[in-house]
Amino acid sequence: MDIFLQLTVSGLSTGMIYALAAAGFVVIYKASDVINFAQGDLLLLGTYLIFFAVAQTGLPWSLGVLVTLLLAVAVALAVERLVLRPLVGEPIISMIMVTIGLSSVLRGAINAIWGPNPRAFESFLPAGDIVIGPAVLSTGRVLSIPIALAVLAGLGLFFRYTRDGIAMRAIADDQQAALSMGISIPRVFGVAWGLAAASAAIGGIMLGNIVGVSPNVASIGLRVFPVVILGGLDSIAGAVIGGAIIGLLEVYVGFYVGHGLNLVVPYLVLILVLMVRPYGLFGKEIIERV
Amino acid sequence: MSMECGVFHTRYESDMGLRPRPAQRIRLAVLAVFVLVFPFLASSYWLDLANQVAIATVGAIGLNILVGYTGQISLGQGAFMAIGAYTAGLLTLNLGVPWGASVFCACILTAVAGTFFGLPSLRLKGLYLAIATLAAQEIVEWGMTHWTAVTGGTEAIVLPAPRIFGLRLNSTFNFYWLAVLTAAGTALFAANLFRSRIGRAFEAVRDQDIAASVIGVDLFRTKLLAFATSSFFVGLAGAMIAFYRNIITWERFTLNTSIVYLAMIIVGGLGSIRGSFLGAALITLLPALITNMGRAIQDTAPQAASLLPYGQQAVFGIVIILFLVFEPRGLSKLWGNVKDYFHVWPFAYRRGENRAN
Repeated sequence: MDIFLQLTVSGLSTGMIYALAAAGFVVIYKASDVINFAQGDLLLLGTYLIFFAVAQTGLPWSLGVLVTLLLAVAVALAVERLVLRPLVGEPIISMIMVTIGLSSVLRGAINAIWGPNPRAFESFLPAGDIVIGPAVLSTGRVLSIPIALAVLAGLGLFFRYTRDGIAMRAIADDQQAALSMGISIPRVFGVAWGLAAASAAIGGIMLGNIVGVSPNVASIGLRVFPVVILGGLDSIAGAVIGGAIIGLLEVYVGFYVGHGLNLVVPYLVLILVLMVRPYGLFGKEIIERV
Repeated sequence: MSMECGVFHTRYESDMGLRPRPAQRIRLAVLAVFVLVFPFLASSYWLDLANQVAIATVGAIGLNILVGYTGQISLGQGAFMAIGAYTAGLLTLNLGVPWGASVFCACILTAVAGTFFGLPSLRLKGLYLAIATLAAQEIVEWGMTHWTAVTGGTEAIVLPAPRIFGLRLNSTFNFYWLAVLTAAGTALFAANLFRSRIGRAFEAVRDQDIAASVIGVDLFRTKLLAFATSSFFVGLAGAMIAFYRNIITWERFTLNTSIVYLAMIIVGGLGSIRGSFLGAALITLLPALITNMGRAIQDTAPQAASLLPYGQQAVFGIVIILFLVFEPRGLSKLWGNVKDYFHVWPFAYRRGENRAN
């Protein structure tokens, strides 16, 4: 039972990081219909920026987090303005390829600046373990769950109550109607990319603390797809639930089944969902069919 | 097929010809002479690159049939090439099938697998299909590395050298002829395919699937046929890699491979045979070029040279982005622009005078 609890916490904490990456993905998709293949690299960017700010520059961690968020948002805004805006209205294949190209550029740049080897990074989340009954859980992992949930809840509130959030929903609903109501689409796209980068950067910061700073972080980017398809491409709540399910599934399968099956199980789920319920658990039931 | 200004056909044969104009024939002849002379002049390094380009051309044409001509996005190129490579290799290695026959079997099997993975395309469109093929890629990749009994897992499979008339076929010089012939054959097949009813149906599905269905194109059949035809050539490219390298490793067929091939057809030009070749050449030669540059500056700027491997990755991304932003129709269109310029030279419109177009 203690093993089960341990697995559950570790699965949930991984799942919440998936959820943070997936939430950014969902925000971009909702606002601009762009499938962002560079989401994993935005996580990677967050990890290395916090490494830069705290370990290399020596800022206190609170300031370091702030600097990381600001820099990540700045990069995202530049990307949106320079790369994505010229492509508005192009076919899906162009959108997919441009974000793939972006991912390649980001990863190449990060490797060139910080090198391909893992870097030593002292976690600033409280060290030590939390003991619940027979299970011993690392505090960092346990803490990452409420942090992620708070960020995701904030994102949900943003969509519900702020001017930009409502504008974003309007654009997702009907771009032309939103335009005629005086909503600035470029501004909303910019906000979407900024939010996505910020949410991914928080995921990256947590990954840096829990797992360490290394280029492998970007491989999580692909896990975003099972998560968002399961949760529904346009739902933040779906990203949270989907992230939790995929994260848990991975650790359970990895422990109880083994054979490296945990690596492929998210994609089996993905195929299954696409066959049975392509709009996911919480997505809008609008899907183009032929 | 585009109509050219100032060209008049007086016979049906010339109207229907693939390359009816004298200038086109001359260019083709120049290209043929170059291809024939090249292996006798080039070093084995360049010959190896040429072979890689030829193989990539076959794969890129295959992918372009699906993505560029039929509009079905696939991120599973690496998986299909893997199926081709492993089938061809294992048939020859374990069952002693002659290499020619096993390559053919590999193509057929890849076409069948492609059709199977194409089934979701009947329900899913656009990005959903892209994500489905991404999952297929990951699942096949997992199978390659974990189905140890058949694929040898992460170990490499070493194949016997293919021979024809007692000649070792996988020396760079001997393989060159086979690779070039295969690439030319593939290009010819594809060029003719898109002059036929089936090819036109592919393009109709890409442009407007509902309209295509209204005018009598069977979407179900056409999409599956596109997946099958495309995968056939992709499998061929995979099998060629297996026999050329004499060794099969799973690292050659990852998601990254899919991305590289997509980059080829984006940079070359979607829906263009010429573009498939140009893109395959550019994307294959780009890393070699950067590596050579690195060697050149090794002594003068070792710091910069050590950064080049990552620079290479960044440049790859930048090339994709620049093409998408500035010339979405790729190298094929650029080449067309050059041709158009000389077609009416020296009486070209100056820039600014033809704004109305």
